[in-house]
Amino acid sequence: MTSSTIKLQATAEDHHIARMAAVALGLTVLEAAIPSPLPGVKPGLANIVTLIVLARYGWRTAAWVSLLRVLAGSLLFGNFLTPGFFLSLSGALLSLLVLAFAQHLPSRWFGPVSLSIYAAFAHIAGQMEIVYLWLIPHAGIAYLIPIFAAAALVFGTVNGLIAARFMDNEETKQLGVH
Amino acid sequence: MHALRHIRPGDWLTLLSGSVCVVWLMLSLWSSELADKAVIRSGGKIFREVPLSRDQSIEVPGPLGVSLILIQHRKVRIASDPSPRQYCVRQGWLEHAGEIALCLPNQVSVELLGGHKRYDSLNY
Repeated sequence: MTSSTIKLQATAEDHHIARMAAVALGLTVLEAAIPSPLPGVKPGLANIVTLIVLARYGWRTAAWVSLLRVLAGSLLFGNFLTPGFFLSLSGALLSLLVLAFAQHLPSRWFGPVSLSIYAAFAHIAGQMEIVYLWLIPHAGIAYLIPIFAAAALVFGTVNGLIAARFMDNEETKQLGVH
Repeated sequence: MHALRHIRPGDWLTLLSGSVCVVWLMLSLWSSELADKAVIRSGGKIFREVPLSRDQSIEVPGPLGVSLILIQHRKVRIASDPSPRQYCVRQGWLEHAGEIALCLPNQVSVELLGGHKRYDSLNY
């Protein structure tokens, strides 16, 4: 009897996506160690990776990286299919949807900072939607919206700047300026 | 500032509109409108609707006795009530639209209304 092995052909692109998702996952774990005053107010460092991947390899790859990160992160933290997982998922999905449109903005005028802010707002909007429609169907959560929106603006800007800085460094390195 | 180098003209626009959006959300979601009338209920029926413009005290009869409601300087409180735990009395002065004090044992309540009715846990 011959033993049959199922071999999945992983392309170079698959490896690449997995590597990027792993980096994003690392940032998610790192971020979990940062205390937060309010559940849901997080820097969203993993989005830096999504932004860089989006700029480099396009929306499809960015979507893969982002969704893999959500899935693997939930397995790692043990909250797969719990409300926390669906919150991350809805945030990631809405961010990706917004990025799909925002990436076509003229890059001469709109850089990673804009994309990051739009994605951050979309993220929080997706999460609030799930919270309102499913978890806490009460108008009282409206009081929290300004806090989340302010956090999205601040962290969106910071993440965008980090992403822009990172891409700038790599470009100058590739050009041999450094 | 090296970081500012990465912000393109459109990004400033995004930042500006984002800030405007946040301020607008704060103003519209955090403003608590002052009330202009009080609805007093007894046994589930409206006992009286009174404007807050005139200071007065109102006695509301309930199954346990009489609850005394005070209106002063556009604020309302339940001054005394025969209910055993006195929750509604301890709630103190109410002044914003949507606020409500309930004396369940005596079946008396005061609700404040503003220009338009805001949502709360009782009328969601």
